Amino acid sequence: MEALALVLALPLLGGLALALWGARERAGDLNAAVSLAAFLASVWLTLIVVREGPFTVWGEWFFVDPLNVFLVTLTTFVGFTTALFARPYMRIELDHGKMTGPRMRLFHSMYQLFIAMMLVALTTNNLGILWVAMEAATLATVLLVSVYRTAASLEAAWKYFILCGVGIAQALFGTILVYLAAERAGGGGEGALLWTRLAEIAHLLDPGILSLAFAFLLLGYGTKVGLVPVHNWLPDAHAEGPTPISAVLSGLLLNVALYAVLRCKVLADGAMGDGLPGRMMVGFGLITVVTAAFFLSRQRDVKRMFAYSSIEHMGLMTFAFGLGGPIANFAGLLHMTVHALVKSAIFFAVGHAAQKAGTQVMEDIRGLLKVSPTVGWGLMLGTLAILGMPPFGVFASEFLILTTAMRELPWATPFLLVALGVAFASIFGRVQPMVFGETALRPLAHPPALVPVFVHLGLALMLGLYIPPWLNTWYEQAARMIAGG
Amino acid sequence: MESLLAQTINLFAVALLVLAFAMIAQRRILTLIHLYTLQGAALVAATLVVAHLTGQHHLYGSAILTFVLKVVLIPVMLHRVIDRLNVRWDVETLFNIPTTMLIGIVLVIVAFNLAAPIASLSASIARGTLGIALACMLLSFLMMIVRAKAVPQVIGFLSMENGLFFAATAATAGMPMIVELGIAFDVLVGILILGVFMFQIREQFDSLDIRHLERLKED
Amino acid sequence: MVSWTGLLAQILAIALALALAPLLMGWVNQWRAWLQNRRAPSLLQPYRTLHKLFHKESVLAENASPLFRIAPYIVFGCMALACGIAPTLSTDLPLAPAADAIALVGLFALARVFISLAAMDVGTAFGSLGARREMLIGFLAEPALLMVLFSASLITQSTSLARIVETLAHQSFAIYPSLAVAGVAFTFVSLAENARVPVDNPATHLELTMIHEALILEYSGRHLALIEWAAALKLFAYSCIGLALFFPWGVAEAGTPLAILFAIPALVLKLAVGGVLLAVIETINAKMRLFRVPEFLATAFLLAVIALLVHVLLGA
Repeated sequence: MEALALVLALPLLGGLALALWGARERAGDLNAAVSLAAFLASVWLTLIVVREGPFTVWGEWFFVDPLNVFLVTLTTFVGFTTALFARPYMRIELDHGKMTGPRMRLFHSMYQLFIAMMLVALTTNNLGILWVAMEAATLATVLLVSVYRTAASLEAAWKYFILCGVGIAQALFGTILVYLAAERAGGGGEGALLWTRLAEIAHLLDPGILSLAFAFLLLGYGTKVGLVPVHNWLPDAHAEGPTPISAVLSGLLLNVALYAVLRCKVLADGAMGDGLPGRMMVGFGLITVVTAAFFLSRQRDVKRMFAYSSIEHMGLMTFAFGLGGPIANFAGLLHMTVHALVKSAIFFAVGHAAQKAGTQVMEDIRGLLKVSPTVGWGLMLGTLAILGMPPFGVFASEFLILTTAMRELPWATPFLLVALGVAFASIFGRVQPMVFGETALRPLAHPPALVPVFVHLGLALMLGLYIPPWLNTWYEQAARMIAGG
Repeated sequence: MESLLAQTINLFAVALLVLAFAMIAQRRILTLIHLYTLQGAALVAATLVVAHLTGQHHLYGSAILTFVLKVVLIPVMLHRVIDRLNVRWDVETLFNIPTTMLIGIVLVIVAFNLAAPIASLSASIARGTLGIALACMLLSFLMMIVRAKAVPQVIGFLSMENGLFFAATAATAGMPMIVELGIAFDVLVGILILGVFMFQIREQFDSLDIRHLERLKED
Repeated sequence: MVSWTGLLAQILAIALALALAPLLMGWVNQWRAWLQNRRAPSLLQPYRTLHKLFHKESVLAENASPLFRIAPYIVFGCMALACGIAPTLSTDLPLAPAADAIALVGLFALARVFISLAAMDVGTAFGSLGARREMLIGFLAEPALLMVLFSASLITQSTSLARIVETLAHQSFAIYPSLAVAGVAFTFVSLAENARVPVDNPATHLELTMIHEALILEYSGRHLALIEWAAALKLFAYSCIGLALFFPWGVAEAGTPLAILFAIPALVLKLAVGGVLLAVIETINAKMRLFRVPEFLATAFLLAVIALLVHVLLGA
């Protein structure tokens, strides 16, 4: 309980503090320190859950179980490493004149607030609060996307706001429908939207209402996940915002949105029992993977390209969770983890590369290896990892998803394979000259500190080779929860 | 008397729907804001009636919240925004109103169809209104798609939120208070941010025409 | 089976319509003048005009065909019949079973076709212009009117106007949101059909905007009188239909001859209020451009469709 309070309060307080001092010289350090503290608190929380099992607190308004504690840890971890990365990155942006003091303050405080809102969304037991927190997380980032105040960033932020606003409104309608069903099944009142209670009475909920509710919830939260056809905001927001924001959007926000979908799916599955929610997710996931892969091949902006790659991977996860069953769910969770780690690592590397080259257009970035070997290797390895090359973790999870798909939905496998192939060819074909090509730029005097990149990649590598037994049981527990057991 | 009161909920629901249609067809920004205010007032009235009929006291709170937010605060803010942006008398050229209206009718039919099986299940006094709420939502959505200027888009967004709120009030006799507070807070912050945005867009493009925001496209 | 009370009510209704229609016109004109700070013409001015016109010689164009001559009679007949069908005083009308709401719309359409044909008959520019505009309005207004009548029919499960009024007036009071919306739509349609502001201005002969006046420009003498009287009857009929559908109280039921005595003052009162409202609407609105008229009527149609849909959804 204290641990959870710490996890939630630290980023909130940090956000407040940074709202006051966010423009100072050392604000970046404070940002990183708060993130580190939140990470440590979440580790503590994890230990408690591992030892004592899931629990609910504060009148059942919040709860911690294997599924969300795993995402909480992931969130605080990536939040911490991104804060580390943001420290020098944003300082350079300040030197380049792209940022100003007030904008730095906005960036730092909103960053912490964003993390806090995601943590609330993850740990709340109330579907209504989940919605509120998701919306608040959107609002926190929307000003960050437009922080450079360029025409393109304003456009991206406006799109982000309007599209996500519309999407999230659909989700609210879905939530209202769930509440309606709950009222019918077991009385309304303050506790009617508590997930744990809903899960208990899921079989009593009216299937008709729940099917409509899930459709709206999937469409609504799916907008934030980046599912095609409601993905349009995602590439723009990723490309035009500051790179640390791209990293947390891709690595964290999309995960949290998918988590919301999963929670709702458990309820819908319980009520309907005919696997329709799963089939809907499979359909959306498949369309997303294929569409994103083909859009990937047409990108010129490096951050945009990796944003499409995020869409593709979110589609893959949605597909996996849609298939259901212990293995597919396990694979989906694993994929969530490794994608978050690898994609944020890539954005770190890309951020440095783009900052050095002064452009995000891939044709103008060449010979990274000569300019800065660490950035070059970081980008190369990250790219290989995200493309599913063994021995990285993405390979393991994609392999599991594909084999399950082959067994359960043989017709879908060729689509997935083609999409993954197209994605491989287009990303690798673009990144390779960026890293190895010739350049006129001279090597930098000081190699940038890229600890976060290699830590992330190292973890992804570890997950590909060896999943520690405690992590394994943890995934399995979470996978069982999603399967509704 | 009670049954007549219950029937007035339907009346307010229809008023919301008709206002949503009126917004789609309205060219003037100023009138749009008036329509939005009226919609908010209809929502407050409906909430009060539901509160009285169901005896759910927290709905009175929700009605007060709605009144303060949607009849007073947000319209005042919108008025100030259009004053300061100097778009008070802006008239927007709309693309083919009758076609838009026909699409709107189709949306209403879709919404009614979707909601019909659920309406028969709801125990609430105003169960039929769920379809109307959904229709209002879809219509506002349509408005956001066909509008090219920032302020009408925002009003469309807000009116969609009205539809949602009405769904929550009429179909389920209100969400838990804390959730409603959270939603209201989000809406308020959202409109503040959108206000900031409008000034930034104006600064950048010298116009509030969203059609300028079409550079980021897949080519 | 025609009861003598029914027959009496029917005759009374038509007679009352013929007598009161010009008065209603005068009443609206008077209020319009007052509201616009003008000195009002006498309430009896329409009667005087009719009297004057009936005593004038009727001048016909050289190339006018018989159609031109019979059109005023047909139009007048249609309108008088419409007033007979609409349940103004009593629902026990011998003519009512012969014609329902759809036939009523047909009657209006028949009158419209004849007056438009007659307007084109002489071959003047204004006549065909007016005919074209009239048909444009009619083509948009009729579906809307039908939709309005249908939403009322759906509630009462009958297209017979008398049955609709009977059901609405004599059941326990209930709020019908669909009827409220349909009422607004009906108001729109009535304004357009009766050539009132914002669609047409009955008081001008401005060539750019006129519709009704353009149609009857070639008529004179008793023909003109008949047409003007028919126009007054049309306004009367529309008002009565509106009152019957949306404010059905006070209309006598079958077999209660005494109730008719109370129905007359009730009707006069309702018409008086309606007339004032019409004058108010005409005063606060500006006449719209002709190209906006389709939009105006499309809105009416839309409202009527919403009314139908709402009725299907809410059952009320």
